Amino acid sequence: MKFSIQVNEGPYQHQASDSAYQFTKAALEKGHECFRVFFYHDGVLNGTRLTTPPQDDRNVVNNWTELAEKYDLDLVVCVAAAQRRGIVDDGEAERNGKDATNIAPRFRISGLGQLVEAAIQSERLVVFGD
Amino acid sequence: MSDLHTVNKSPFEKNSLESCLRLSKAGSAILLYEDGVYAALKGTAVENMIASAVGDKKVYVLGPDYKARGLADDRMIDGVEVVDYAGFVDLVEANDKVQAWV
Repeated sequence: MKFSIQVNEGPYQHQASDSAYQFTKAALEKGHECFRVFFYHDGVLNGTRLTTPPQDDRNVVNNWTELAEKYDLDLVVCVAAAQRRGIVDDGEAERNGKDATNIAPRFRISGLGQLVEAAIQSERLVVFGD
Repeated sequence: MSDLHTVNKSPFEKNSLESCLRLSKAGSAILLYEDGVYAALKGTAVENMIASAVGDKKVYVLGPDYKARGLADDRMIDGVEVVDYAGFVDLVEANDKVQAWV
């Protein structure tokens, strides 16, 4: 079955990013397809490569990147939410005159249309977060 | 035509569980996860709400989240079923839609 996932909460805020990751991993391991993971609101903070959690803690951002590498996932960060919270890729840095980027590997910044498309193309949309 | 409702907040923090139980149809599946698992405990102020829902709705608890909070199995309300993440995936597949109550 084709799933899409929406994450509305930042990593290390409550538990939603972890739940979304564990759910996505379990679905993929069962042979389901994940059309897209869409990060919205504070969820866009899952997409910065500059986080450095303690070594004995889980690294939520790296977990997503590794899962995306293994299963070729489409990790999409909402552009308007990203601009507000300082998640920047090359295109955004150039457009908005920023001196750095911080988007994590395998993440990309795009618009809300990607969420609408995910809802249409997938058989189930599962929402995590506040 | 059945729906899966997910509740991730404690009933002692927010009223999303109450809204979910009030507005979901008979035959629905309800999954308590994250802090939502506290609603599955016996002897709390919301025990009756869950115990009476178990009659015409299926109530599930995400086992890893229940265990992570140090809650004992024998404190769980009768009729509540425990699932793991794979079981969560199965519930999403088995129901037509998923509604998150946050």
